[in-house]
Amino acid sequence: MSSFDKLTTSMESVTAEQLKDLDPALFEFAPYSENASESRGYSNYAYWRSTWRSFSHNRTAMTLLIGLIVLLCFTFVQPLLPAQKSPTQVYTNAQTGRQERNHAPCAEFWFGTNTIGQDLWARVWSGTRTSLLIGLAVGLWNAVLGIIVGALWGYVRRLDGLLTEAYNVVRNIPNSIILILASYIMRPSVGTMIAAMCVTGWLPMARFVRNQIVIIRDREYNLASRCLGTPTERLIRKNLLPYLVSVIMLRIALAIPQAIGQEVFLTYIGLGLPVSIPSLGNLINEGRIVMMSASTRYQLLFPALVLSAVTVSFYVMGNAFADAADPRNHV
Amino acid sequence: MFLYVLKRLFQSLITLFVITTVVFLLLRLMPEEGYFGENYDKLDEMQKEVILTEMGLRDPLHVQLGKFYKNLFHGDLGRSIVFRPRVKIWRIIKPKVPYSLWFGVASVTLSLLIGIPMGLFMARCKGHWFDSLGSGYIVLINSVPAAVYYLFIQLYLSSALRLPMLFDARNPASWVLPAVSMSLSGIAYYAMWVRRYMVDELNRDYVKLARAKGLSSTQIMTRHVIRNAFVPVTQYIPMSFLLTISGSIYVESLFSIPGMGGLLVTAIQRQDNPLVQALVLIFSSVGILGLFLGDVLMALFDPRIKLTRKAASR
Repeated sequence: MSSFDKLTTSMESVTAEQLKDLDPALFEFAPYSENASESRGYSNYAYWRSTWRSFSHNRTAMTLLIGLIVLLCFTFVQPLLPAQKSPTQVYTNAQTGRQERNHAPCAEFWFGTNTIGQDLWARVWSGTRTSLLIGLAVGLWNAVLGIIVGALWGYVRRLDGLLTEAYNVVRNIPNSIILILASYIMRPSVGTMIAAMCVTGWLPMARFVRNQIVIIRDREYNLASRCLGTPTERLIRKNLLPYLVSVIMLRIALAIPQAIGQEVFLTYIGLGLPVSIPSLGNLINEGRIVMMSASTRYQLLFPALVLSAVTVSFYVMGNAFADAADPRNHV
Repeated sequence: MFLYVLKRLFQSLITLFVITTVVFLLLRLMPEEGYFGENYDKLDEMQKEVILTEMGLRDPLHVQLGKFYKNLFHGDLGRSIVFRPRVKIWRIIKPKVPYSLWFGVASVTLSLLIGIPMGLFMARCKGHWFDSLGSGYIVLINSVPAAVYYLFIQLYLSSALRLPMLFDARNPASWVLPAVSMSLSGIAYYAMWVRRYMVDELNRDYVKLARAKGLSSTQIMTRHVIRNAFVPVTQYIPMSFLLTISGSIYVESLFSIPGMGGLLVTAIQRQDNPLVQALVLIFSSVGILGLFLGDVLMALFDPRIKLTRKAASR
């Protein structure tokens, strides 16, 4: 018989004076024991641990996660490896003195060279680094701001009308106006690109979180918390957001490939990064120009394959993580 | 109902007014060099002033704004200033709209005709090979940027199927590839959501009751599940039809179709303010109308949804 059981059986006879004499060890957290948990229905269930366990049992998702981490590390390590070329230098043939234009993949240039003689292997990895950076920065920023604004928008009734109108207006302002204005104010660089994409990018996320919150806002457990005087901030953090973790995780994971795709789109309409900063977007755009002849098609193929691999991995992983984060799948 | 429509209409007008005004003001923040394009270096200060005054950009802001709304009230969208100088805007837009509209309507119809049955079928045999195949397609289309798979369609499918690579209005075969390319993402979208809603509905209690009652699974599907699963899907349909007016930037430039796609971006890049304003006005009114029609259609499909009560119960 444990000390806790002794206490509960003698509970009625304990007076205020006797409480002081009780063993202080009674008021400490009991260690988890499997036998005791059977009789009392207590379990050592921890949300994030169960999520991780569920996720790590999904082999495809784990492979993709490890693959993405390795890829990210590789893009940073690659320039330091031996026999690597610069992504921006134009290479010339030592004998003829001419630029090595459109050189097909060989032992010297592993992915070949582009139309002005730069090494495509180095450019692809440098571009992957830039694109992943843009994707992660924009995706995370949009998720964080979108969740904060969306939660307030959905929960605080007075804000609802105002924010809905503001959303309807801002959503209809073409993104390219904002991007052109941003590139006019700041110099074209990765930072400008990220900033410009962040200005309005969080709106869909906020809208999504708002709709979800409106659905669960007036459930009984939230009414009870409100009656007990829980502050709004705590109510959102402890009652509403945990309920939405799985759907929000899905959106975050999808926001990253979307941001990478958006960068490709912006480059396509001519608002992307300058060619001197390689990114998957402008590599694909360069490849598109020469794709019509079969001999130079590799310039489109390599960046397109890397890009597809990255976005598909994020997408599949996001779906797997959202499934794992749903407590209904934990039992 | 009538009051509700009137109220929504009034609200939309205010929203449209704010959108056009904000866009109008944002456009006035653009750099002045942009109005001259390539000619900037060849003009002296005086010529530039003359050109800017002629474009109406030297008037005070409120005068410009007032003039814009006065013309708009008379149904005049104004004249282009850079894109095709002094040509009426509706004359620029008019020949372009039919192309975008035809391709758009064809692709949305295709995605509805293929996507919805695909979603139904995937939900029906959940966990079988067709479901995994369809899910694979959805993952691929949703995650790979459209720019990439459009390129590969144009490159490989055109030669494999012996279809023309570029659009030619007189050759009906050249209509196939652009319409198919545009419908790919729509198919994935409808298949994904129809499948999701169907699976949700199939887990409801009324399905168990119907089964216990002895209905065949075909009857359960057609009489009960599909009807319920369809309601949320109907909300997007008017929007996707109406928004085709803005065209597809990728497809239209890849297949060189003279449609609306990219016109807005070009107008913004070349700083043709009246053209940008007109296009923003058209696209956002179409978007707002689409949302409204979606709500109405949803209420028609599901008698439990009351549009008017929504506002009162809050």
